[in-house]
Amino acid sequence: MNDQELKELAKKLREAVPPLRQLELRRDLWPVMHARMNEPRLRVPWYDWLLLAASGLAAVLFPSLIPALLYHL
Amino acid sequence: MDLLKRFAAGDLDAFESLFRQHQAAVYRWIARIVRDPSIAEDLTVETFWRAYKAHARFRPDGNFEAWLRRIGTNAALDHLRSKPAFVALPDDIAADPAPDVAEQNESRAAIRTALASLPARLRIVVQLGLIEEEPYRTIGDSLGISESAVKLRMFRAVRILRRKLHHWSARP
Repeated sequence: MNDQELKELAKKLREAVPPLRQLELRRDLWPVMHARMNEPRLRVPWYDWLLLAASGLAAVLFPSLIPALLYHL
Repeated sequence: MDLLKRFAAGDLDAFESLFRQHQAAVYRWIARIVRDPSIAEDLTVETFWRAYKAHARFRPDGNFEAWLRRIGTNAALDHLRSKPAFVALPDDIAADPAPDVAEQNESRAAIRTALASLPARLRIVVQLGLIEEEPYRTIGDSLGISESAVKLRMFRAVRILRRKLHHWSARP
């Protein structure tokens, strides 16, 4: 494709999807940002991670325990 | 200590000042990618949220605006990948338009459909390069790729667009 064909395609594209050069922000977003920063974050306690790691280790070392572990889920 | 150094050190007041200085520019950039004002607002906040979390990785001697633009572009790309593109027809189509107007509307709709069907990483290059007329270098910086990589993506995108539009125009 030469430059002329590319320019023609670009022109068609701009006719179908006009550029948004003049778009302006309608409001200050800082209050939204501030609220997001103060949202309580979901934290997984360390002992849950420990339990998960222990379960994984047990499954690797003693595969016969897997059905019992699944039964208790 | 200057604003960027304070931001990199995790100072919240510095972050607020930078937010107020740059929010409009980040919004405009993202809006040109996602083409939806309310989504662009959400993604502007998301961009600053990601920047805030990554403040320790920012080098105060670097270009803050370019860094933000890159984060914003990634946020916009994530959005484009997660949501299938919706192609709206113009509202002002007359109920029974003249044949040439109808054909023109149909042609524009076909172009929008072809553009929307491009993979996000190609669509973003076409939108910023051909529609918004941003320099390839700026696009490359915002995507974290070289100028020649932008040209390559543009070449691929244009080839796909031409093929799709050729199929459309060759219909009976």
